[in-house]
Amino acid sequence: MNSAATQTGGSEMVSQPDELAPVKEMVRACIQCGTCTGSCPNAFAMDYTPRHLWRMVLMGLKEEIFSSRTFTLCSDCYYCTLRCPRGLPLTEAMEALKQIAAARHPSPDRYSTQFYKTFLQSVRRHGRVNEMEFMALYFARLKNPLFALRFAPLGMKLMRKGKVSLRVPLKGRHPLESIFRNVEALEDRS
Amino acid sequence: MIYQYYPGCSLEGTALEYNLATRAVMEAAGAQLHEIKDWTCCGASAAEATSLLLSLALPARNLALAEQADDVRDILVPCSACYLNLKKVEEKTHSDSGLREQLNGLLEQDGLQLAGTSRVRHLLDVMANDIGAEKICSLVKQPLTGLTVAPYYGCQCLRPYAIFDDPEAPRSMEPLIAAAGATVYDWDMGGRCCGASHMNTHPEVGQALVGAILAAAAGADAIATVCPMCQMNLEAYQNQISRQQGRDLHLTIVYLPQLIGLAMQLPLPAVGLNLNLAVDGVFRSRQAI
Repeated sequence: MNSAATQTGGSEMVSQPDELAPVKEMVRACIQCGTCTGSCPNAFAMDYTPRHLWRMVLMGLKEEIFSSRTFTLCSDCYYCTLRCPRGLPLTEAMEALKQIAAARHPSPDRYSTQFYKTFLQSVRRHGRVNEMEFMALYFARLKNPLFALRFAPLGMKLMRKGKVSLRVPLKGRHPLESIFRNVEALEDRS
Repeated sequence: MIYQYYPGCSLEGTALEYNLATRAVMEAAGAQLHEIKDWTCCGASAAEATSLLLSLALPARNLALAEQADDVRDILVPCSACYLNLKKVEEKTHSDSGLREQLNGLLEQDGLQLAGTSRVRHLLDVMANDIGAEKICSLVKQPLTGLTVAPYYGCQCLRPYAIFDDPEAPRSMEPLIAAAGATVYDWDMGGRCCGASHMNTHPEVGQALVGAILAAAAGADAIATVCPMCQMNLEAYQNQISRQQGRDLHLTIVYLPQLIGLAMQLPLPAVGLNLNLAVDGVFRSRQAI
Protein backbone atom coordinates (compact mmCIF):
# COMPACT_ATOMS: atom_id res chain seq x y z
CA MET A 1 0.00 0.00 0.00
CA ASN A 2 2.45 2.74 -1.05
CA SER A 3 -0.45 4.97 -1.97
CA ALA A 4 -0.47 5.75 1.76
CA ALA A 5 2.48 8.07 1.31
CA THR A 6 1.17 9.85 -1.74
CA GLN A 7 -2.43 10.32 -0.62
CA THR A 8 -1.53 13.23 1.67
CA GLY A 9 -0.40 15.17 -1.37
CA GLY A 10 2.76 16.85 -0.02
CA SER A 11 5.75 15.89 -2.16
CA GLU A 12 8.02 15.78 0.88
CA MET A 13 5.77 13.06 2.32
CA VAL A 14 6.52 10.56 -0.42
CA SER A 15 9.85 9.51 0.99
CA GLN A 16 8.61 9.38 4.59
CA PRO A 17 7.70 6.14 6.31
CA ASP A 18 4.05 5.27 6.71
CA GLU A 19 2.84 7.58 9.46
CA LEU A 20 -0.03 5.22 10.22
CA ALA A 21 2.39 2.36 10.91
CA PRO A 22 2.37 2.69 14.73
CA VAL A 23 -1.44 2.81 14.78
CA LYS A 24 -1.67 -0.19 12.45
CA GLU A 25 0.57 -2.06 14.84
CA MET A 26 -1.81 -1.28 17.72
CA VAL A 27 -4.92 -2.56 15.93
CA ARG A 28 -3.42 -5.29 13.75
CA ALA A 29 -5.13 -8.08 15.71
CA CYS A 30 -8.60 -6.44 15.44
CA ILE A 31 -11.27 -9.04 14.64
CA GLN A 32 -13.94 -6.46 13.77
CA CYS A 33 -16.26 -7.69 16.52
CA GLY A 34 -17.59 -4.19 17.27
CA THR A 35 -17.28 -4.36 21.06
CA CYS A 36 -15.50 -0.99 20.89
CA THR A 37 -18.37 0.60 19.00
CA GLY A 38 -20.95 -0.92 21.33
CA SER A 39 -19.04 0.46 24.33
CA CYS A 40 -18.29 3.92 22.95
CA PRO A 41 -20.40 6.71 24.51
CA ASN A 42 -19.64 8.96 21.52
CA ALA A 43 -20.26 6.51 18.67
CA PHE A 44 -23.69 8.07 18.02
CA ALA A 45 -22.01 11.31 16.94
CA MET A 46 -19.16 9.85 14.88
CA ASP A 47 -19.13 9.65 11.10
CA TYR A 48 -17.37 6.26 11.19
CA THR A 49 -17.78 3.96 14.17
CA PRO A 50 -14.60 2.94 16.02
CA ARG A 51 -14.78 -0.59 14.54
CA HIS A 52 -15.03 0.89 11.05
CA LEU A 53 -12.13 3.25 11.77
CA TRP A 54 -9.77 0.40 12.76
CA ARG A 55 -10.44 -1.29 9.45
CA MET A 56 -9.73 1.99 7.65
CA VAL A 57 -6.44 2.28 9.55
CA LEU A 58 -5.42 -1.22 8.49
CA MET A 59 -6.34 -0.38 4.90
CA GLY A 60 -4.31 2.84 5.08
CA LEU A 61 -7.20 5.12 4.09
CA LYS A 62 -5.46 8.24 5.35
CA GLU A 63 -7.50 10.84 3.59
CA GLU A 64 -10.80 9.44 4.88
CA ILE A 65 -9.43 8.94 8.38
CA PHE A 66 -8.00 12.43 8.80
CA SER A 67 -11.02 14.15 7.33
CA SER A 68 -13.37 12.27 9.65
CA ARG A 69 -14.30 13.46 13.11
CA THR A 70 -14.33 10.01 14.68
CA PHE A 71 -11.02 10.19 16.52
CA THR A 72 -11.58 13.79 17.63
CA LEU A 73 -14.73 12.58 19.40
CA CYS A 74 -12.89 10.08 21.58
CA SER A 75 -13.26 11.37 25.16
CA ASP A 76 -10.76 8.89 26.67
CA CYS A 77 -13.31 6.93 28.73
CA TYR A 78 -11.30 3.71 28.13
CA TYR A 79 -14.37 1.48 27.90
CA CYS A 80 -13.20 0.09 24.53
CA THR A 81 -9.71 -0.58 25.90
CA LEU A 82 -11.20 -2.32 28.92
CA ARG A 83 -13.55 -4.51 26.91
CA CYS A 84 -11.65 -5.30 23.70
CA PRO A 85 -11.52 -9.12 23.59
CA ARG A 86 -8.15 -8.87 21.84
CA GLY A 87 -6.76 -6.58 24.53
CA LEU A 88 -5.85 -3.86 22.05
CA PRO A 89 -4.88 -0.37 23.28
CA LEU A 90 -7.74 1.28 21.41
CA THR A 91 -7.88 4.54 23.38
CA GLU A 92 -4.15 4.95 22.78
CA ALA A 93 -4.76 4.32 19.08
CA MET A 94 -7.35 7.14 19.05
CA GLU A 95 -4.82 9.39 20.79
CA ALA A 96 -2.14 8.40 18.28
CA LEU A 97 -4.44 9.52 15.47
CA LYS A 98 -5.01 12.84 17.27
CA GLN A 99 -1.23 13.25 17.55
CA ILE A 100 -0.62 12.54 13.87
CA ALA A 101 -3.40 14.94 12.93
CA ALA A 102 -2.01 17.62 15.26
CA ALA A 103 1.44 17.31 13.70
CA ARG A 104 0.64 16.88 10.04
CA HIS A 105 -3.01 17.02 9.08
CA PRO A 106 -5.01 20.17 9.59
CA SER A 107 -8.16 18.67 11.08
CA PRO A 108 -11.58 19.72 9.88
CA ASP A 109 -12.42 19.85 13.57
CA ARG A 110 -10.82 23.18 14.45
CA TYR A 111 -12.64 23.31 17.80
CA SER A 112 -10.67 20.39 19.28
CA THR A 113 -7.44 21.49 17.60
CA GLN A 114 -7.67 25.03 18.98
CA PHE A 115 -8.79 23.77 22.39
CA TYR A 116 -5.72 21.59 22.89
CA LYS A 117 -3.33 24.05 21.31
CA THR A 118 -4.48 27.00 23.40
CA PHE A 119 -4.43 24.88 26.56
CA LEU A 120 -0.81 23.89 26.01
CA GLN A 121 0.21 27.46 25.21
CA SER A 122 -1.12 28.57 28.59
CA VAL A 123 0.69 25.67 30.29
CA ARG A 124 3.94 26.49 28.51
CA ARG A 125 3.65 30.13 29.50
CA HIS A 126 2.86 29.64 33.18
CA GLY A 127 3.70 26.05 34.11
CA ARG A 128 0.08 25.58 35.13
CA VAL A 129 -2.99 26.24 33.06
CA ASN A 130 -4.71 29.53 33.69
CA GLU A 131 -8.30 28.51 33.00
CA MET A 132 -9.63 32.00 32.31
CA GLU A 133 -6.82 32.98 29.95
CA PHE A 134 -7.06 29.63 28.21
CA MET A 135 -10.82 29.77 27.65
CA ALA A 136 -10.76 33.44 26.60
CA LEU A 137 -8.05 32.77 24.02
CA TYR A 138 -9.81 29.61 22.84
CA PHE A 139 -13.09 31.42 22.23
CA ALA A 140 -11.30 34.34 20.56
CA ARG A 141 -9.52 32.02 18.13
CA LEU A 142 -12.69 30.20 17.13
CA LYS A 143 -13.95 33.46 15.64
CA ASN A 144 -17.47 32.33 16.41
CA PRO A 145 -18.94 34.89 18.81
CA LEU A 146 -22.27 33.08 19.06
CA PHE A 147 -20.52 29.94 20.25
CA ALA A 148 -18.51 31.91 22.80
CA LEU A 149 -21.63 33.69 23.98
CA ARG A 150 -23.11 30.40 25.13
CA PHE A 151 -20.39 30.19 27.75
CA ALA A 152 -20.54 33.83 28.88
CA PRO A 153 -23.04 33.27 31.74
CA LEU A 154 -20.86 30.48 33.13
CA GLY A 155 -17.75 32.67 32.89
CA MET A 156 -19.51 35.46 34.79
CA LYS A 157 -20.70 33.04 37.45
CA LEU A 158 -17.20 31.62 37.91
CA MET A 159 -15.75 35.12 38.20
CA ARG A 160 -18.38 36.14 40.77
CA LYS A 161 -17.42 33.12 42.85
CA GLY A 162 -13.75 34.07 42.59
CA LYS A 163 -12.86 30.80 40.87
CA VAL A 164 -11.33 32.39 37.80
CA SER A 165 -9.87 35.80 37.34
CA LEU A 166 -9.14 38.03 34.38
CA ARG A 167 -5.74 38.75 35.82
CA VAL A 168 -3.06 36.71 34.14
CA PRO A 169 -0.32 35.60 36.50
CA LEU A 170 2.91 37.32 35.56
CA LYS A 171 5.51 34.96 36.84
CA GLY A 172 8.96 35.50 35.47
CA ARG A 173 9.60 31.78 35.35
CA HIS A 174 8.80 29.33 32.62
CA PRO A 175 9.43 26.03 34.39
CA LEU A 176 8.32 23.90 31.44
CA GLU A 177 10.12 25.75 28.66
CA SER A 178 13.03 23.32 28.42
CA ILE A 179 10.74 20.26 28.35
CA PHE A 180 8.57 21.77 25.62
CA ARG A 181 11.64 22.79 23.61
CA ASN A 182 13.39 19.43 23.99
CA VAL A 183 10.27 17.50 22.99
CA GLU A 184 9.91 19.70 19.92
CA ALA A 185 13.54 19.14 18.98
CA LEU A 186 13.23 15.36 19.37
CA GLU A 187 10.03 15.20 17.35
CA ASP A 188 11.39 17.34 14.54
CA ARG A 189 14.24 14.90 14.16
CA SER A 190 12.01 11.84 14.10
CA MET B 1 -0.77 8.87 57.29
CA ILE B 2 1.37 11.21 55.23
CA TYR B 3 0.88 11.88 51.54
CA GLN B 4 2.56 14.04 49.00
CA TYR B 5 -0.17 16.16 47.45
CA TYR B 6 -0.66 17.03 43.80
CA PRO B 7 -3.73 19.31 43.58
CA GLY B 8 -3.53 20.02 39.84
CA CYS B 9 -4.51 23.20 38.00
CA SER B 10 -8.30 22.95 38.33
CA LEU B 11 -8.11 22.81 42.11
CA GLU B 12 -6.54 26.27 42.07
CA GLY B 13 -9.35 27.62 39.91
CA THR B 14 -12.72 26.22 38.94
CA ALA B 15 -12.48 23.40 41.49
CA LEU B 16 -11.35 25.49 44.50
CA GLU B 17 -13.93 23.81 46.72
CA TYR B 18 -12.57 20.36 45.89
CA ASN B 19 -9.18 21.48 47.17
CA LEU B 20 -10.68 23.01 50.33
CA ALA B 21 -12.84 20.00 51.16
CA THR B 22 -10.10 17.46 50.37
CA ARG B 23 -7.65 19.21 52.69
CA ALA B 24 -10.25 19.64 55.42
CA VAL B 25 -11.49 16.04 55.37
CA MET B 26 -7.97 14.59 55.18
CA GLU B 27 -6.91 16.74 58.12
CA ALA B 28 -9.96 15.72 60.14
CA ALA B 29 -9.10 12.08 59.42
CA GLY B 30 -5.59 12.63 60.75
CA ALA B 31 -3.74 12.60 57.44
CA GLN B 32 -0.98 15.02 56.55
CA LEU B 33 -0.65 16.42 53.04
CA HIS B 34 2.69 17.71 51.76
CA GLU B 35 2.00 19.69 48.61
CA ILE B 36 4.65 18.99 45.98
CA LYS B 37 6.70 22.17 45.67
CA ASP B 38 6.54 23.92 42.29
CA TRP B 39 4.34 21.23 40.72
CA THR B 40 3.31 21.92 37.15
CA CYS B 41 0.45 20.91 34.85
CA CYS B 42 0.09 17.17 34.06
CA GLY B 43 -0.85 17.95 30.45
CA ALA B 44 -4.55 17.10 30.96
CA SER B 45 -6.08 15.68 27.79
CA ALA B 46 -4.36 18.30 25.64
CA ALA B 47 -0.81 16.94 25.72
CA GLU B 48 -1.85 13.43 24.76
CA ALA B 49 -3.86 14.77 21.84
CA THR B 50 -0.77 16.59 20.61
CA SER B 51 2.40 14.69 21.44
CA LEU B 52 2.90 11.32 23.13
CA LEU B 53 6.31 12.30 24.45
CA LEU B 54 5.06 15.57 25.93
CA SER B 55 2.11 13.76 27.53
CA LEU B 56 4.57 11.53 29.40
CA ALA B 57 7.20 14.19 30.12
CA LEU B 58 4.82 16.59 31.88
CA PRO B 59 3.63 14.07 34.50
CA ALA B 60 7.17 12.64 34.79
CA ARG B 61 8.42 16.05 35.91
CA ASN B 62 5.95 16.04 38.80
CA LEU B 63 6.80 12.48 39.84
CA ALA B 64 10.48 13.45 39.82
CA LEU B 65 9.73 16.54 41.93
CA ALA B 66 7.87 14.34 44.41
CA GLU B 67 10.79 11.93 44.66
CA GLN B 68 13.18 14.80 45.19
CA ALA B 69 11.05 16.43 47.89
CA ASP B 70 10.96 13.65 50.47
CA ASP B 71 10.69 9.92 50.83
CA VAL B 72 6.93 9.79 51.26
CA ARG B 73 5.98 7.35 48.57
CA ASP B 74 2.27 7.92 48.06
CA ILE B 75 1.11 10.89 45.99
CA LEU B 76 -2.50 11.87 46.64
CA VAL B 77 -4.32 13.18 43.57
CA PRO B 78 -7.97 14.34 43.72
CA CYS B 79 -8.42 15.05 39.97
CA SER B 80 -9.08 11.92 37.91
CA ALA B 81 -7.40 13.29 34.77
CA CYS B 82 -4.25 14.25 36.69
CA TYR B 83 -4.40 10.89 38.46
CA LEU B 84 -4.48 8.94 35.20
CA ASN B 85 -1.70 10.99 33.60
CA LEU B 86 0.59 10.53 36.60
CA LYS B 87 -0.41 6.88 37.04
CA LYS B 88 0.27 6.17 33.37
CA VAL B 89 3.87 7.36 33.72
CA GLU B 90 4.26 5.35 36.93
CA GLU B 91 3.01 2.20 35.18
CA LYS B 92 4.77 2.70 31.85
CA THR B 93 8.18 3.52 33.32
CA HIS B 94 7.97 0.44 35.55
CA SER B 95 7.60 -1.85 32.59
CA ASP B 96 9.79 0.10 30.16
CA SER B 97 13.18 1.24 31.43
CA GLY B 98 14.02 2.62 27.99
CA LEU B 99 11.13 5.03 28.33
CA ARG B 100 12.33 6.07 31.77
CA GLU B 101 15.76 6.85 30.35
CA GLN B 102 14.22 8.87 27.54
CA LEU B 103 12.12 10.88 30.02
CA ASN B 104 15.13 11.40 32.25
CA GLY B 105 16.93 12.81 29.24
CA LEU B 106 14.20 15.45 29.04
CA LEU B 107 14.26 16.19 32.77
CA GLU B 108 18.02 16.40 33.05
CA GLN B 109 18.23 20.03 32.05
CA ASP B 110 16.07 20.95 35.04
CA GLY B 111 18.24 18.89 37.39
CA LEU B 112 15.52 16.29 37.85
CA GLN B 113 15.54 12.54 37.68
CA LEU B 114 12.83 9.91 37.83
CA ALA B 115 13.71 6.73 39.70
CA GLY B 116 10.15 5.40 39.75
CA THR B 117 9.66 5.05 43.49
CA SER B 118 6.37 6.93 43.82
CA ARG B 119 2.92 5.44 43.98
CA VAL B 120 0.12 7.56 42.56
CA ARG B 121 -3.13 7.32 44.55
CA HIS B 122 -6.56 8.70 43.75
CA LEU B 123 -8.37 10.53 46.56
CA LEU B 124 -11.23 8.01 46.35
CA ASP B 125 -8.79 5.11 46.78
CA VAL B 126 -7.27 6.79 49.83
CA MET B 127 -10.65 7.66 51.36
CA ALA B 128 -12.05 4.18 50.76
CA ASN B 129 -9.02 2.09 51.67
CA ASP B 130 -6.58 4.08 53.84
CA ILE B 131 -9.07 6.09 55.88
CA GLY B 132 -12.04 3.78 55.43
CA ALA B 133 -15.76 4.03 56.05
CA GLU B 134 -15.43 3.02 59.70
CA LYS B 135 -13.10 5.89 60.54
CA ILE B 136 -15.29 8.34 58.64
CA CYS B 137 -18.37 7.03 60.43
CA SER B 138 -16.69 7.71 63.76
CA LEU B 139 -16.06 11.32 62.72
CA VAL B 140 -19.61 12.02 61.53
CA LYS B 141 -21.43 14.46 63.82
CA GLN B 142 -24.45 15.27 61.69
CA PRO B 143 -25.52 12.23 59.66
CA LEU B 144 -27.07 13.10 56.32
CA THR B 145 -30.16 11.06 57.16
CA GLY B 146 -32.84 11.02 54.50
CA LEU B 147 -30.56 12.27 51.77
CA THR B 148 -30.16 10.02 48.73
CA VAL B 149 -26.84 10.41 46.95
CA ALA B 150 -25.85 8.95 43.57
CA PRO B 151 -22.16 7.96 43.42
CA TYR B 152 -20.59 9.18 40.18
CA TYR B 153 -17.08 7.91 39.47
CA GLY B 154 -16.57 9.00 35.88
CA CYS B 155 -13.92 7.26 33.80
CA GLN B 156 -10.32 7.93 34.53
CA CYS B 157 -10.11 6.90 38.19
CA LEU B 158 -11.50 3.51 37.08
CA ARG B 159 -10.07 2.88 33.63
CA PRO B 160 -7.77 1.73 32.13
CA TYR B 161 -6.01 0.91 35.42
CA ALA B 162 -8.29 -1.10 37.70
CA ILE B 163 -6.37 -0.26 40.86
CA PHE B 164 -8.97 0.05 43.58
CA ASP B 165 -12.40 -0.63 42.12
CA ASP B 166 -14.29 -2.62 39.51
CA PRO B 167 -14.02 -0.58 36.30
CA GLU B 168 -17.36 -1.96 35.02
CA ALA B 169 -19.39 -1.82 38.22
CA PRO B 170 -17.68 0.50 40.72
CA ARG B 171 -18.77 0.38 44.37
CA SER B 172 -15.97 2.05 46.37
CA MET B 173 -17.96 5.22 47.09
CA GLU B 174 -20.96 3.42 48.55
CA PRO B 175 -19.62 2.65 52.05
CA LEU B 176 -18.38 6.25 52.29
CA ILE B 177 -21.77 7.73 51.38
CA ALA B 178 -23.40 5.33 53.85
CA ALA B 179 -20.86 6.32 56.51
CA ALA B 180 -21.98 9.92 56.07
CA GLY B 181 -25.49 8.77 56.94
CA ALA B 182 -26.92 9.20 53.45
CA THR B 183 -28.67 6.58 51.34
CA VAL B 184 -26.86 5.30 48.25
CA TYR B 185 -28.89 5.86 45.08
CA ASP B 186 -29.02 2.65 43.10
CA TRP B 187 -28.12 3.25 39.46
CA ASP B 188 -25.80 1.95 36.79
CA MET B 189 -24.51 5.27 35.43
CA GLY B 190 -21.71 5.79 37.94
CA GLY B 191 -18.93 4.86 35.52
CA ARG B 192 -20.40 6.48 32.41
CA CYS B 193 -18.52 9.18 30.55
CA CYS B 194 -19.51 12.85 31.01
CA GLY B 195 -17.88 13.70 27.68
CA ALA B 196 -14.89 15.48 29.24
CA SER B 197 -13.95 18.49 27.09
CA HIS B 198 -16.73 17.83 24.57
CA MET B 199 -18.78 20.39 26.48
CA ASN B 200 -16.36 23.02 25.12
CA THR B 201 -15.55 21.54 21.73
CA HIS B 202 -18.63 19.52 20.72
CA PRO B 203 -21.32 20.87 23.07
CA GLU B 204 -24.16 18.93 21.46
CA VAL B 205 -22.35 15.66 22.21
CA GLY B 206 -21.37 16.66 25.75
CA GLN B 207 -24.91 17.80 26.51
CA ALA B 208 -26.36 14.49 25.33
CA LEU B 209 -24.03 12.52 27.60
CA VAL B 210 -24.55 14.73 30.64
CA GLY B 211 -28.32 14.88 30.02
CA ALA B 212 -28.53 11.09 30.18
CA ILE B 213 -26.60 11.00 33.47
CA LEU B 214 -28.71 13.76 35.07
CA ALA B 215 -31.93 12.09 33.90
CA ALA B 216 -30.88 8.76 35.38
CA ALA B 217 -30.16 10.45 38.73
CA ALA B 218 -33.56 12.15 38.84
CA GLY B 219 -34.65 10.17 41.93
CA ALA B 220 -31.60 11.21 43.94
CA ASP B 221 -31.12 14.37 46.02
CA ALA B 222 -27.55 14.83 44.84
CA ILE B 223 -24.72 13.36 42.80
CA ALA B 224 -21.31 12.97 44.44
CA THR B 225 -18.26 13.35 42.18
CA VAL B 226 -14.50 12.77 42.44
CA CYS B 227 -13.23 14.75 39.44
CA PRO B 228 -13.28 18.49 38.61
CA MET B 229 -14.13 17.86 34.96
CA CYS B 230 -17.09 15.60 35.80
CA GLN B 231 -18.24 18.05 38.46
CA MET B 232 -18.16 21.03 36.09
CA ASN B 233 -19.91 19.16 33.29
CA LEU B 234 -22.66 17.89 35.57
CA GLU B 235 -23.28 21.17 37.43
CA ALA B 236 -22.67 24.01 34.98
CA TYR B 237 -24.98 23.32 32.05
CA GLN B 238 -28.19 22.18 33.75
CA ASN B 239 -30.21 25.16 32.51
CA GLN B 240 -29.20 24.66 28.88
CA ILE B 241 -29.68 20.91 28.95
CA SER B 242 -33.06 21.14 30.72
CA ARG B 243 -34.25 23.68 28.16
CA GLN B 244 -33.01 21.61 25.28
CA GLN B 245 -34.51 18.33 26.49
CA GLY B 246 -37.75 19.93 27.67
CA ARG B 247 -37.54 18.51 31.19
CA ASP B 248 -36.21 19.68 34.53
CA LEU B 249 -32.80 18.12 35.00
CA HIS B 250 -31.62 20.35 37.84
CA LEU B 251 -29.81 18.46 40.57
CA THR B 252 -27.34 19.16 43.34
CA ILE B 253 -23.79 18.16 42.43
CA VAL B 254 -21.13 18.03 45.16
CA TYR B 255 -17.65 16.63 45.52
CA LEU B 256 -17.48 13.51 47.69
CA PRO B 257 -15.23 15.15 50.35
CA GLN B 258 -17.73 18.02 50.56
CA LEU B 259 -20.46 15.53 51.38
CA ILE B 260 -18.29 13.82 53.98
CA GLY B 261 -17.16 17.21 55.34
CA LEU B 262 -20.78 18.30 55.82
CA ALA B 263 -21.55 15.12 57.74
CA MET B 264 -18.45 15.73 59.88
CA GLN B 265 -19.78 19.24 60.52
CA LEU B 266 -16.53 20.79 59.40
CA PRO B 267 -16.58 24.61 59.28
CA LEU B 268 -18.63 25.66 56.25
CA PRO B 269 -15.86 27.70 54.62
CA ALA B 270 -13.72 24.55 54.68
CA VAL B 271 -16.41 22.60 52.85
CA GLY B 272 -16.86 25.41 50.33
CA LEU B 273 -20.45 24.62 49.38
CA ASN B 274 -21.00 28.29 48.47
CA LEU B 275 -18.59 27.78 45.56
CA ASN B 276 -20.60 25.01 43.88
CA LEU B 277 -22.73 25.92 40.88
CA ALA B 278 -25.65 23.57 41.53
CA VAL B 279 -26.81 23.15 45.14
CA ASP B 280 -30.55 23.32 45.60
CA GLY B 281 -32.62 24.58 48.50
CA VAL B 282 -33.69 21.11 49.55
CA PHE B 283 -30.10 20.04 49.94
CA ARG B 284 -29.20 23.20 51.84
CA SER B 285 -32.19 23.03 54.16
CA ARG B 286 -31.56 19.38 54.97
CA GLN B 287 -28.09 20.42 55.98
CA ALA B 288 -29.49 23.27 58.10
CA ILE B 289 -26.92 25.55 56.55
